[in-house]
Amino acid sequence: MTTTTPAVTTAILPPRRLIARTLGTPGAVAGSIILVLLVFGALFASLLSPFDPNATRVCPRLAAPSLTNFFGCDLFGRDIFSRILHGAQLSLAVGLLTVAISLIAGTIIGMVIAFLGGRVDRIGVRMLDVMLGFPAIVLAILIVAVLGVGAFNAALAVGISGIPRIARVIRSATLTLVGREYVDSARAVGASQTRILRRHLLPNLWPIVIVLGSLDLGTAILSTATLSFLGLGAQPPTAEWGAMLSAGREFMRYAPWTMIFPGLALFLAVMSVNLVGDRLSHVLDPRASGHV
Amino acid sequence: MPWFVRRVLGIVPTLFLTWTIVFGVLQLIPGDPVMLALGGTPASDEVLDNERRRLGLDQPVYIQYLTFLKKMAIGDLGNGYSSKQPVSEMIAARVRPSLELALGGLLVGILLGVALGIAAGLRPHGWIDTMTMSTALVGVSLPSFWIGMLLIYVFGLQLEWVPILGDGIDALILPSITIGLFLAGGLARLIRSALIETMTQDYIRTAHSKGLSAVRVVAKHAMRNAIIPPITLLGLQFAVLIGGAVVTERVFARAGLGSMLIDAVLTKDIPLVQGLVVYTTTAYIVINLLLELLYGIVDPRIRSRRA
Repeated sequence: MTTTTPAVTTAILPPRRLIARTLGTPGAVAGSIILVLLVFGALFASLLSPFDPNATRVCPRLAAPSLTNFFGCDLFGRDIFSRILHGAQLSLAVGLLTVAISLIAGTIIGMVIAFLGGRVDRIGVRMLDVMLGFPAIVLAILIVAVLGVGAFNAALAVGISGIPRIARVIRSATLTLVGREYVDSARAVGASQTRILRRHLLPNLWPIVIVLGSLDLGTAILSTATLSFLGLGAQPPTAEWGAMLSAGREFMRYAPWTMIFPGLALFLAVMSVNLVGDRLSHVLDPRASGHV
Repeated sequence: MPWFVRRVLGIVPTLFLTWTIVFGVLQLIPGDPVMLALGGTPASDEVLDNERRRLGLDQPVYIQYLTFLKKMAIGDLGNGYSSKQPVSEMIAARVRPSLELALGGLLVGILLGVALGIAAGLRPHGWIDTMTMSTALVGVSLPSFWIGMLLIYVFGLQLEWVPILGDGIDALILPSITIGLFLAGGLARLIRSALIETMTQDYIRTAHSKGLSAVRVVAKHAMRNAIIPPITLLGLQFAVLIGGAVVTERVFARAGLGSMLIDAVLTKDIPLVQGLVVYTTTAYIVINLLLELLYGIVDPRIRSRRA
């Protein structure tokens, strides 16, 4: 199994230039617009929803989309549009939590094993490679088996199963840094190991961490929704896209909107995050994203 | 030692570590395994003790661990909690549906991925390339369960071209497309980049200048050298798929290993979860090994490289 080592860019662009350059392609512009709408919808879900997402019988069961119920109604007479807006809230929050878990733990593990080197590094890499041998979904399901089902546990499971990959990349990136002169000088003036890790190595790893995070967010949203679809994540009556799709599966012959709209929302969310993430990684680190 | 013997022995520590992780993780499941084994039926202390002894749970953890390793090594995966059947037999009974689906998905993925990859790679930045690469980016964002459902809705329910249930080969079409679409994107990308790199090599120019037809140059000279990365990708995807396409099996209600794993987790059937994960990861490691041995035969340069 090969893991690409991203180039370590030494400086991050100032925010304004970063945004300008990120918006440099039509795909990234489209992605950003969808993403902004999505975040807006998620933040103001309660204000924008015409109905309470969990209120039943606000419309006839499985009613088709109409001017009052834009995306139609589900089996319990709940408004699908309102549920999708609230689902956006959950999906984004869970996605961010998942990525945060993988990034924080992965960065710490990767940095520490590379910095300590020697036997720690050899054993650490071996363990990470073994973990990478588990298909991601199987690892996540195995963790759910331990933690139990639920939206939070699913996020935890996907987050934990993402740690080995992040740790592997951060380890390689850290290895290219530990030999640099400024690390040696920090050591020479008597800086502690923690200080070197925090003040000298971590700041130089930020671009890679951001790239990894932006590339992972889409997958994280998709994976947690997948677990919910399988019945291992968010449970009914929670308004969650994967769970809504799972429920909609049963009625698609008579009420296809019960599965079309939650799927579309999930697809657009993941695609917008991927489009922006892909471009961002290109701007921050042209080599890692395979564009050069 | 011959290189292949070294490679084969090299998987032993990997298998050992993998099984150790599975054992360790499942130890963390909260609750008394005996209660889970009895499925919540109330029982006297005596019955509980007997059951505990029968499952070997009265032993200290390290003895349980050693017993576990020994049993895994000889392929004894224990008995399922709910069915009381040997897990290895339960798995064996479900291998076929998963394998059929894996092969079907692979076939669709290869046909689509190779065609698009070659078309895109021969004319980088041409319209086929631009379209294929944008579609690939969109494709990775598509939830496979949603695609599966849309396929069922359009081709199964509206057009009624294919059955959506059953064991026949025609019931395999839609799930295979669902998996194939997912595989094709990554495959096309890899073939494209490998081909772009290969096409600039001197020997391709030589082949052209010898007056060989374009088809012959691509098929005989370029693809041979561009083929290893795509084969690796396919091999690893296949290795994942024979452990069961968890999502696709669920969408199409196929009784394969993937749906078995979900049911095992939901019913807290620990031996079954353990057996399935051990089977899946072991299959993955073994297929990985076979791929490496295959490269060693195809490309002698690989044999001399260090593991």
